[in-house]
Amino acid sequence: MKKILSVAAIENGTVIDHIPVGMGLQIVKLLGLAKHQKKVTLGLNLPSQSMGFKDLIKVEERRISKEEADQIALFAPQAKISIIADFQLEKKFTVSLPKTITKILDCPNGRCITNHERVTTRFWVDCFGKNVSLRCSYCEKSFDHAAN
Amino acid sequence: MKGKDILSVKEIDKAQILQILAVAQKMKQKPAEALLKGKVMASCFFEPSTRTRLSFESAMKRLGGEVIGFSEPKATAVQKGESLHDSIKVVGLYSDVVVIRHPLEGAAREAAEATQKPVINAGDGANEHPTQTLLDLFSIQECQGTLEGLHIALAGDLLYGRAMHSLVHALCHFKTRLYFVSPQALAMPDAICAQLRQHGVPFSCHATLDEVIDKCDILYMGRIQKERFTNPELYERVKDLYKVDLNLLSKGKKNLRVLHPLPRLQEIERAVDATKYAYYFSQAENGLYVRQALLAMLLGVL
Repeated sequence: MKKILSVAAIENGTVIDHIPVGMGLQIVKLLGLAKHQKKVTLGLNLPSQSMGFKDLIKVEERRISKEEADQIALFAPQAKISIIADFQLEKKFTVSLPKTITKILDCPNGRCITNHERVTTRFWVDCFGKNVSLRCSYCEKSFDHAAN
Repeated sequence: MKGKDILSVKEIDKAQILQILAVAQKMKQKPAEALLKGKVMASCFFEPSTRTRLSFESAMKRLGGEVIGFSEPKATAVQKGESLHDSIKVVGLYSDVVVIRHPLEGAAREAAEATQKPVINAGDGANEHPTQTLLDLFSIQECQGTLEGLHIALAGDLLYGRAMHSLVHALCHFKTRLYFVSPQALAMPDAICAQLRQHGVPFSCHATLDEVIDKCDILYMGRIQKERFTNPELYERVKDLYKVDLNLLSKGKKNLRVLHPLPRLQEIERAVDATKYAYYFSQAENGLYVRQALLAMLLGVL
């Protein structure tokens, strides 16, 4: 039986699958996809066998690197990234938590210098068992990633 | 440590702490008058401070160095909208070492990234003030003869007290037993308590000084700030629980010494100043030697 796609197939680009429901928009923002000049399709609350429901993003004409993808690991730890070339799957990889997260997050501390000067933000990722927290490398405050 | 930035206590390991304290000890015993001759320290104070600024400037001058800088941002191009990054980049071109105090957290790191010259954080908002911690450690070692195995009580505003947090962090390197004395509303943050458990540092929390006074070697006092209390009656009730007077000290151990980062308000009675327990003015003086040591080490002359 032919699989019916909820979101149209892409010719060249990247598919980010298995995004937890509610995180799709966040990831569009984190990866700056809204400003991407080519087609981006976003599926929200799609049925998923393994997750129940999921979000999914397809980006035309952009190959997301492992390093870029790892930056979203906090928001979508189960995400699967597929690189598509000429409608074919070229490679597939999962994401893993990076040691630092740069640029994409704002520091929630209003007294942090990064909120007052044009500074590229940088957070250290601290893992204590299952708990993951982010520590701003400027003001040194730790935050639960949900705060962002 | 030549060329290193001193931004946060968390980035200074135990060996480096001991090395800095040893050099500070030499500075105190034998002043080295021309050690930093020909060197220039930029003293960049983006918010007012008397003790820290004067002790840094005095430290540099007593070693024969020169000081340039400003004591408030009004006199600088920051008033014209210049970024901190640009200000410090330029200051770094005119000096050999940059000392910065800024009201915003993380400002010292931003400054360190703007210049090749070593940067010393002299306080960035509520975040860090590493030279305060180093002079605290120096003073503890000086009056107790060691940093290992001491029982240390910290009292006052443990929730917001920057000096307290950094000191606790540094004390994790030494086998100390900690006592936290504060009103419930100003207790040590959970994150720091979790860190202590992780390091296996024994500690306990207390409501009054009476509970700990006969146990500790060091009583580190901090201010209880009235403005932290939404309920003025509660403030009136708790403020005397954190007052050091002769009666309280009479219950203390013989080697007990009282430290305070200053300025003090009513938490230490003036009468205490004349007793052997008072060590807070020696502590303030030690700031000079610790800063001399750091300047000399970062500039590579020691």
